[in-house]
Amino acid sequence: MSDRIDSDAGREEAGRNLPPLRLHVPEPKFRPGDSADFSDFDIPPAGAQARPDETAQPAGMRDLAYGLVRVLDEEGAAVGPWDPKLPPEMLLKMLRNMALTRAFDARMFRAQRQGKTSFYMKSTGEEAVSIGAAAALASDDMCFPSYRQQGILIARGWPIVDMMNQIYSNKGDRLKGRQLPIMYSARDAGFFSISGNLTTQYPQAVGWAMASAARGDTRIAATWCGEGSTAEGDFHSACTFASVYRAPVIMNVVNNQWAISSFSGFAGAEATTFAARAIGYGIAGLRVDGNDALAVYAATRWAADRARANAGPTLIEHFTYRVEGHSTSDDPGAYRSADEASHWPLGDPIARLRKHCIALGIWDEERHAAMDRELAEMVRDAAREAEKNGILGHGLHHPMESMFEDVFEEMPWHLREQQQKMLDEWKAAGL
Amino acid sequence: MNMIQAINSALDVMMGRDPAVVVMGEDVGYFGGVFRATAGLQQKYGKNRVFDTPITECGIIGVAVGMGAYGLRPVPEIQFADYIYPALDQLVSEAARLRYRSAGEFISPMTVRSPFGGGIFGGQTHSQSPEGIFTHVSGVKTVIPSTPYDAKGLLIAAIEDNDPVIFFEPKRIYNGPFDGHYDTPARSWAGHAQAQVPTGHYRVPLGEARVARAGEALTVLCYGTMVHVVENSVAEMGVDAEILDLRTLVPLDIEAIERSVRKTGRCMIVHEATRTSGFGAELSALVQERCFYHLEAPIERVTGFDTPYPHSLEWAYFPGPVRIREAINKILKD
Repeated sequence: MSDRIDSDAGREEAGRNLPPLRLHVPEPKFRPGDSADFSDFDIPPAGAQARPDETAQPAGMRDLAYGLVRVLDEEGAAVGPWDPKLPPEMLLKMLRNMALTRAFDARMFRAQRQGKTSFYMKSTGEEAVSIGAAAALASDDMCFPSYRQQGILIARGWPIVDMMNQIYSNKGDRLKGRQLPIMYSARDAGFFSISGNLTTQYPQAVGWAMASAARGDTRIAATWCGEGSTAEGDFHSACTFASVYRAPVIMNVVNNQWAISSFSGFAGAEATTFAARAIGYGIAGLRVDGNDALAVYAATRWAADRARANAGPTLIEHFTYRVEGHSTSDDPGAYRSADEASHWPLGDPIARLRKHCIALGIWDEERHAAMDRELAEMVRDAAREAEKNGILGHGLHHPMESMFEDVFEEMPWHLREQQQKMLDEWKAAGL
Repeated sequence: MNMIQAINSALDVMMGRDPAVVVMGEDVGYFGGVFRATAGLQQKYGKNRVFDTPITECGIIGVAVGMGAYGLRPVPEIQFADYIYPALDQLVSEAARLRYRSAGEFISPMTVRSPFGGGIFGGQTHSQSPEGIFTHVSGVKTVIPSTPYDAKGLLIAAIEDNDPVIFFEPKRIYNGPFDGHYDTPARSWAGHAQAQVPTGHYRVPLGEARVARAGEALTVLCYGTMVHVVENSVAEMGVDAEILDLRTLVPLDIEAIERSVRKTGRCMIVHEATRTSGFGAELSALVQERCFYHLEAPIERVTGFDTPYPHSLEWAYFPGPVRIREAINKILKD
């Protein structure tokens, strides 16, 4: 060999006995036409997870980030250390709020199909995530939701006519018809304005919680994102801030398995759990059966108590399933097995809580059927009420000039000019 | 006071007046900021109100949005304007639109301070002028002072404002005005009329330009470091130019611009940012739309080039006296 540098020769030498490198592109287990089979799915029995003290160090609770906190067993009994032992009236309230959320979703989905609005997103199968959490938080804790937590507003008693006005972007929409349907904002309900840009609410929730802590307040913040958007930089910035300042915040990851057509593997689910993201940040991480309203309640209450005790933030992964499409603009039949939802091994959250209430002797099938009928009527009446204020595209919107309001606190000259120009144009066109 | 001291004084005054004002950013706490703009504030107001942050610009601005929603008035610092891009989504999609999308339910009253501009051998990652990105965004105000007096008064006005404000600090003139000749000794602010800065509270309103020099021959629209470079170039040439220091780009003082251009009939625009789609293009269009029949020569733009800021060749990039002189001669030729 000479002493000249010959990098190509070196490469040939080094690579001779090695296989070619391969790129791993994740693939979900089932595609359209496949029969879904979750039998290899490791589901720990209800009640099996330990429940550490709320102020315990994160290092001692790593198992909780990989397990699955479950309270309701197959027979509908509440078992184990995470059983929140809720009084009957609270159980029935949660059951009703979950059923109302489902009825609301059904009605609004239909309204979109009837052309009354442009867009809708159901939370079918995930109702326990919002309703369980809202029940465990104080009513003045601040929520920074994603777009599938309509249940929080419902649980907080926000008028559903107001929500529908927003969905119809009509003259009764307090947001003046500017936001995509379902992107509510309700300051009085402690419900932060929803963004379409994913996970931006995460650092915002942490900032709100830091402000509350810095001011010696008692209120905490909670935020939600989907498992897919844990890949966003904002998620990781938020975790860093939350950890560094021990912010009184609960960070929820709703792992519903699908981000539109991308399965959870594209956010890293093949390698680890989403709750385990917490470990690297020194944050408490809990992985919870998201279809078990009592487990969601218990985990949220644990995290809230932890935050209120200045013991720091908690990251909760809610392991659940998106029964419906991502939105009315999505066709899940094009990318996933048709029978996945019916095979989902953690069941339906409403059916499970109903079974529990019946097993306790505080509820029965007849009362449940009557409640469903009552809620469907209530939602129908509310929709009729909201439709009096207009539906999308039928003229009953906010005044044209309102488009230029709220860009700034005071309207600067260039917006005033543009506003006048637009009004003149419409007038000249005889509209 | 120099500009750093004026900014420090503005923060001190506002933190003293309003317990909702909090200062946050990389190195702003104990150390007082790499440019010392926040020196002494943590010692005076405590760590709950002045604190260091992790190195994540999207986190800093996202957290500030949440603090604003809570009711605080955060003043986040982005250490160099070149680092503001990771925070763009939080600024553009969140802070700028929060009032609009919530119809006023939530607001984002933050003032983002960030040193910007070149002339300090900062290379391409410590020299950028991204103001044009923010003037293109609906819902944020963009403020750029050029003197210590304005820096304090404008910063106070920005912090008191209920809209998100991007406050770009021309770091080349932090310690003294810059005449554009990179090879002459640095000057200090001492003795400069605009360095007489009151210690207490005062406001320079957003949206009002300053006539830095009155004149009849042409109007020069500029801001930040370029105000001083233009002042010097005009003095060297002996031209009777009117120099408008815009001070805020959004909201813009269109009346002052129209008044001046109609008087002089000639308009030149000077900024350090790259040329294409820069704020100079907007200024040029506005002047053309509103003052066309008063113009006696085409509008001239003197700007940085459409390249990144080159380290070793920064003075060739910088729109200094040579380029300004050539443009003035051209505009006065007819």
